[in-house]
Amino acid sequence: MAVHTSQSVAKAAGDDVARGRSRGTGNPPPPSRFRRALSVHWYAWTMVAPVVLVIGVIIGYPLVRGIWLSLTDANERNVARSIGVNEMPATYEFVGLDNYADALTGTQFLGTLGWTLVWTVSCVTITFCLGMALANILNRRIAGRSAYRMALILPWAIPGFVSVFAWRFLYNENNGLLNKILGGAGIDGIPWLNDPTWAKFSVIAVNVWLGVPFMMVALLGGLQSIPAEQYEAAEMDGATAWQRFRHVTLPGLRPVSTTVVLLSTIWTFNMFPVIFLLTRGGPGEATQILVTQAYKFSFEISPRDFAQSSTWGVLILVLLMLFAMVYRRVLRTQGDNW
Amino acid sequence: MRRGITATALVATLALAATACGGDDESGGSKSSGELSGTVTWWDTSNVGSEDKVFKKIAEGFEKKHPKVDVKYVNVPFGEAQNKFKNAAQAGSGAPDVIRSEVAWTPEFADLGYLAPLDGTTALKDEGDFLKQAAASTQYKGKTYAVPQVIDSMGIFYNKKMFKDAGVEPPAKIADLKSIAQKIKDKTGKTGLYLRGDDSYYFLSFLYGEGGDLVDAEKKTVTVDNAQGVKAFGVVKDLVDSGAARTDATDGWENMMQSFKNGDVAMMINGPWAVADTLTGKEFTDKANLGISTVPAGSAAQGAPQGGHNLGVYAGSENLDASYAFVEYMTSVESQAQAAGELNLLPTRTSAYSKKEAADSEIVQFFKPVVETAVERPWIPETGSLFAPLNVEYTKVLTGQTTPEKAAKATGDSYRKLLKGWK
Repeated sequence: MAVHTSQSVAKAAGDDVARGRSRGTGNPPPPSRFRRALSVHWYAWTMVAPVVLVIGVIIGYPLVRGIWLSLTDANERNVARSIGVNEMPATYEFVGLDNYADALTGTQFLGTLGWTLVWTVSCVTITFCLGMALANILNRRIAGRSAYRMALILPWAIPGFVSVFAWRFLYNENNGLLNKILGGAGIDGIPWLNDPTWAKFSVIAVNVWLGVPFMMVALLGGLQSIPAEQYEAAEMDGATAWQRFRHVTLPGLRPVSTTVVLLSTIWTFNMFPVIFLLTRGGPGEATQILVTQAYKFSFEISPRDFAQSSTWGVLILVLLMLFAMVYRRVLRTQGDNW
Repeated sequence: MRRGITATALVATLALAATACGGDDESGGSKSSGELSGTVTWWDTSNVGSEDKVFKKIAEGFEKKHPKVDVKYVNVPFGEAQNKFKNAAQAGSGAPDVIRSEVAWTPEFADLGYLAPLDGTTALKDEGDFLKQAAASTQYKGKTYAVPQVIDSMGIFYNKKMFKDAGVEPPAKIADLKSIAQKIKDKTGKTGLYLRGDDSYYFLSFLYGEGGDLVDAEKKTVTVDNAQGVKAFGVVKDLVDSGAARTDATDGWENMMQSFKNGDVAMMINGPWAVADTLTGKEFTDKANLGISTVPAGSAAQGAPQGGHNLGVYAGSENLDASYAFVEYMTSVESQAQAAGELNLLPTRTSAYSKKEAADSEIVQFFKPVVETAVERPWIPETGSLFAPLNVEYTKVLTGQTTPEKAAKATGDSYRKLLKGWK
């Protein structure tokens, strides 16, 4: 729809220029671009207006309000409230960029960012490698292929919170299945969620478990779109299996893999449910990532610190936008066009 | 066609508005006829599976007295209730008429304007009958914002059979706790104590034991990071490191109750609210197997925090009159005596203690003097905010991520940020 409209704008503009030239000078100046667009495409504009309006209300307003709150000292006690007979006006004030200065100079934000990066990079890398391996295995004709595919998609089919809770039971130090199995083999129980390092390992493991099906399915789709002739040609030239993978499969997967890596990075960076439901950011704050900490500011501590929470929210947005921009630029220099 | 859509939309909007108004009329009970009506929604926070059944029964008894009132009993897990109520109260929709508010939440809710002042309403009856300690947390800036429902403190719960097998007596001092735990380990192979590592409320008796406290409200001073505070962090760390106590950084309540009920640990520090649940465990089919003793003393003192629950009325309730009457009913001598008899919970009314149900309950009789000497916290709006920063540092100490010194300092720093102008 959008593409079609923009093309017709260009065409209409081109027509007009051509006509103007052929008629020579002396004509009244052509109407402004905007008015022309409006008169030609008024119907399209009317049709998209509701969508623009709805997006403005449900995305634009919260975004603008979040940015505004991050520039104030708003908290639970000074925002406007109206409860029955109690009417309390807002008394928070504009404080400029103080919240950003505090966040960026303090140790908490940078410390949390550090772990968030470790979490994102390790989750995406492991998920991608596992997904790639599984996709390659399932791309062959092996016995029971559809059964494997079904089984591997299972983590995806269960609602996220259900599987995270199941994992929480498995990880329980004294009553969990994992430690019971280890105990049966004569190994001491592991403090899966009680030791900071193990807790980090545990949350990454669960997220990988949840993320592999998506990677696998997406890459499997990519694999199946690589023409078989390329493999045949490579084989004729005497390429080994590794060389075929390195020089045919990987380049053939590029359009798919770049997209899934970008998506997966953004999703993992903001993967709230896994951390929140598994450890609540604990033990202490060992597994707290930026979004769960922002949530904590806004909903768990009291008085609720709306200003700081929004500040962290805006910083997360900026970081992800920067990442997407850099990622695109790198890809463009490597010859991908998107 | 287009006009048709507009007309439909208009009709739909009107219909919505009309139903919304209708809803208001229904729930907003009137007292014009002298009879209470409408709906009263109560958020209870008692333990599911044991306490909730009794409280539901008591709450629904209100309908018998006022047949036109519909009591809606909702159980909200204690751990979530504070945030859930704040969300609903601030949004102005979905909040209950009556909330069971923990003592430390009450001044905070009152300060935020979420609770209706109760002075002069039917909610307060016979105010002189309430225990002084229980009534203290309901006052904020000279007004009463809630009515005390139950009062509690903490003690050490122990498995009598395991203690007999190990040949030990309940510990009087924290120093004894370690040797007792060692003996239990040697004789039965089980761990001595379960110490909740995810909720710093269970740390308070150790802090008081070393002579420390979170804050000194009279002197406007933060005291958690003084020498006594550091020592208390060291004491709990030592209990866990030495293997005398077992702990978890998540699911503390479930793990604690399960280990104690199954006889995996011999002791836990807990309060009357845990009694009903404990007695459902397989180790306690014979109720006499549950022993309760005062919390062990530290190097300087012996003390447990005074806690409890109040009933507050949401200021935005559409049915204030019935809510006031409901609160009065739930905190009446009869209701409290019933809770004492069936759940071993401590009444907040002096006269309820002379009722047969309370007098017959050994647990109520044990906790009564404990509550009277329990450490009272300052009832300032920030009291409920003191646990979030402490929880983080407390768990960090127990999981070896920080030292007692650093933990005490970090907690103190965040308290000073919270309490503007305090030393």
